[in-house]
Amino acid sequence: MKLTHLLTSAALALGLATTAVAQDKTKVGFIYVGPIGDGGWTYEHDKGRLAIEEHFGDQVETVYQESVPEGADAERAITQMALQGADLIFTTSFGFMEPTVAVAEKFPNVKFEHATGYKTLPNLSTYSARFYEGRAVQGHIAGKMTKSNIVGYIASFPIPEVIRGINAAYLHAKKVNPEIEFKIIWAYTWFDPAKEADAATALIEQGADVILQHTDSTAPQAAAEKAGNVITFGQASDMAEYKPLPRVSSIIDNWSPYYIARTQAVIDGTWESQQVWQGIDKGMVEIGEITDAVPADVKDEALALKQAMAEGEYHPFTGPINRQDGSAWLAEGEVADDGTLLGMDFYVEGISGQIPN
Amino acid sequence: MLKLEKRPQPSRLWTWVTPLLAVVITMLAGGALFAALGKDPVEAIATIFWQPLFGEFAFYYRPQLLIKGAPLILIAIGLSLGFRAGIWNIGAEGQYIVGALTGAGVGLAFYPTESVLIFPLMVLAGALGGWAWAMIPAVLKLRFGTNEILVSLMLVYVAEQLLAAMALGPMKNPEGMGFPGSRNLRQYESAHNAELITGTGMHWGVVAAFIAVIFAYVLLTRHSLGYHIRLTGQAPRAARFAGVRPARLVLVCLGTAGALAGLAGMFEVSGPAGQVSIDFNVGYGFTAIIVAFLGRLHPLGILLAGLLMALTYIGGEIAQSNMGLPAAAIQLFQGMLLFFLLAVDVLTNYRIRLARREVA
Amino acid sequence: MDMGSISPELLLASLMVAATPILLAALGELVVERAGVLNLGVEGMMITGAICGFAVAVNSGSPAIGFVAAAGGGAVLALLFALLTQVALANQVASGLALTLFGLGLSSLLGQGYVGIKPPPVAKLDIPLLGDIPFLGRVLFSHDLMVYLGLALVGLIWWVLKYSRAGLILRAVGENHDAAHALGYKVVRIRVMAILFGGACAGLGGAYISLIRVPQWTEGMTAGAGWIALALVVFASWKAGRVLLGAWLFGGVTVLQLNLQAAGFAIPVEYLSMSPYLITILVLVIMAGDKSRAPASLGRIFHASQ
Repeated sequence: MKLTHLLTSAALALGLATTAVAQDKTKVGFIYVGPIGDGGWTYEHDKGRLAIEEHFGDQVETVYQESVPEGADAERAITQMALQGADLIFTTSFGFMEPTVAVAEKFPNVKFEHATGYKTLPNLSTYSARFYEGRAVQGHIAGKMTKSNIVGYIASFPIPEVIRGINAAYLHAKKVNPEIEFKIIWAYTWFDPAKEADAATALIEQGADVILQHTDSTAPQAAAEKAGNVITFGQASDMAEYKPLPRVSSIIDNWSPYYIARTQAVIDGTWESQQVWQGIDKGMVEIGEITDAVPADVKDEALALKQAMAEGEYHPFTGPINRQDGSAWLAEGEVADDGTLLGMDFYVEGISGQIPN
Repeated sequence: MLKLEKRPQPSRLWTWVTPLLAVVITMLAGGALFAALGKDPVEAIATIFWQPLFGEFAFYYRPQLLIKGAPLILIAIGLSLGFRAGIWNIGAEGQYIVGALTGAGVGLAFYPTESVLIFPLMVLAGALGGWAWAMIPAVLKLRFGTNEILVSLMLVYVAEQLLAAMALGPMKNPEGMGFPGSRNLRQYESAHNAELITGTGMHWGVVAAFIAVIFAYVLLTRHSLGYHIRLTGQAPRAARFAGVRPARLVLVCLGTAGALAGLAGMFEVSGPAGQVSIDFNVGYGFTAIIVAFLGRLHPLGILLAGLLMALTYIGGEIAQSNMGLPAAAIQLFQGMLLFFLLAVDVLTNYRIRLARREVA
Repeated sequence: MDMGSISPELLLASLMVAATPILLAALGELVVERAGVLNLGVEGMMITGAICGFAVAVNSGSPAIGFVAAAGGGAVLALLFALLTQVALANQVASGLALTLFGLGLSSLLGQGYVGIKPPPVAKLDIPLLGDIPFLGRVLFSHDLMVYLGLALVGLIWWVLKYSRAGLILRAVGENHDAAHALGYKVVRIRVMAILFGGACAGLGGAYISLIRVPQWTEGMTAGAGWIALALVVFASWKAGRVLLGAWLFGGVTVLQLNLQAAGFAIPVEYLSMSPYLITILVLVIMAGDKSRAPASLGRIFHASQ
């Protein structure tokens, strides 16, 4: 029968694909949600891929597929990489979680790494960055430097990561400037340069002289530059072309050390499933150069804050912290647990407005 | 000078030759493009057209052709009925989204009850959702004379916003740590549109697509409604004399297209995609318009066109990951294929003649 | 919640800017549709214009030359559409969609070396005296040249369509191409020119986004503006003045929505984002009784021997 023949050959080839691990050259695959030319999220992941190539040379081969839609298409793209003999596959967007799990179950000998998710398997790890540590540094600089005491925040979608960033920035701005007020715009997009520009303009027109963004384009930077006397921070990548003003610093996602380490683990045969959430300490989150537009003392404080987090002496969510409604969340000296942080769906006390929904 | 002369009848021969001609021209032009990008053109073309069908991993890609092609075919069949009658529904993407939302909504409402009745109910809800969304332009057209192209297109954007609202709000997975997106319907047996025979890619959506093709074929060739549809498109005035009721036709054509698009969305969300998420829709509704025209609005043509489209998608992905071709190059290649397919169609309906000066 | 923090004059000024790209693209499409051609490839032409304008402006250092190149790039892409639909007599809906696909791919390839670059700045026109008028000065007279070009184009197209002989011929071709042909007008030539004009306008609209409004180049940066431009034309029932009104309405709803959020109003963002489209449908319903309908030959294929 043709069909049974098909199925046996399928089983055979699946077996073949999974034994490909034994080959000498290690193959590492990347699934990207956007184009590598987006200048932000995907761009930084691709820099990590190039870092692997540079570090391992001929020992490793990398492949990638960009602009992969979430859902069924992602599952096919991942499967295809596994079939083609990839030993390690990074899927670099939250939306790839279910497809990655589905494929990982079918290819037990291929290692998978899913960014920003929470589901693991013996051959599926998750990794994410503690961007909120960077947000704390931003909040500090913002609180010190604002003259209008109004900070504008361009948020993307109301998900825990974004809410966490808002809270971390607010807490640290408030700490140095009790008068601080956050104006938050939910853009409902990760990437729509024109809308981001409009959002930044709206915030500036309403008095904000610091713009923080959790969307990926440089449009808000340009809007701030046009307006003058407004400072901004680079997001996802350094956005160095807007130095020294309006961009006074940035949060950079640096995936290279992690990608190199995990590739090495596969080569050495020491790869194990794990759930990591790395921050400034491991270099996954970097603070981009703080420019001279920031007064020297503020810069020193910001760097000290960064240092404290890098050494594990300070956690940005350390009590006492109340929720927005005034109820207690963290007691004096208590540090937030990762579980609550990962699923954060509330503002801290002092932020006005509501999270949509 | 060359001149086009309309054939009295579309040429049988050219109907079959033109698609092949277009594919050949595309291969040449695409090859040149890939060569310009510094890739081996022969390898690239072979990867796109050969690998998915006969390559090493064809056992995996062939079923994927069905999975990728089925929603395109299902939607395109529905659209083609309207297009033949001159009813322009270009909002299938919205109907697809709403069908997925209503279908998934029913499934999620019953979670975690297990019953064999749930899936049929979801199918019904998906079809109804798409139908209802398509009824908005239909009713507005009949009642107020608004242009259905625009209303259906506007409703796509409304549906996209609705999808984002649902994924972030009412349909959000309560166990999803606050992340957007619904429960995974593939892990909920009663609501899972599973493969009917493992490894073949055949799920209920594929079955529905095949049924739709046969149904449309019979309708158009054997049934009076099909005759009315064709007549209205070719000669609206004659159709009126023949007793065609235009209002009924608008309702039937838009309703069918909406229901089929809704079904496609429902089968997708409960099967290959698995969950309602912000970016659930990937443009099947728009691509299906192209598929409908590539298939010359003929059911069998649409079947082939849908599979061809699926082939370029899947082959293109393989070329991307195996050869490092940028996604943009694949997009450009698909655009070229469509251009050439549309362009050479002129040979089916027209003859190229050397023009002689006519004396009036 | 503080309504007072929203300044109406600044709001109106941003609205003028936000409306310009869709205004330019929609004006072009208006002329195309008035000639009886439906080109759904506006998004593809806009993004092609965006990258052509950006690349040329960066390399030449002159935004003005960039805008010229953007118009050229849009027109070249439109020429493909013209060849398909006017020479090869292909279906316009399918050709337009294919054009968008093609344009998106082409622009990403062209733009590969231009990510993360800042384009040369475009100077705002400082209009003496007028710019100092309270309120109106800020709203109307504090923009770059392209904003005024868009406004001028509205007037020009309105006048040409309504009063000039060329406009009369264009409309005749759009209403009844067979009759226009019988009267001796070159239907295909007129339509090709209209399509090229539409492409050039879309290109300008795209370049306005990449050179002024954002300004940067990233793949897919027009993010659906071309589709909104298409909607505008119908919203405006094929009238130039109403296109302007529509562009302000669309631009306005977005800008207002963002401002209300910034002012702390708890608005259901996702539902408000639907409003421009729902309003368009509503306007279509209200204006359906109006005499102004779609051009009668819109989307129909013309072949001279018929």
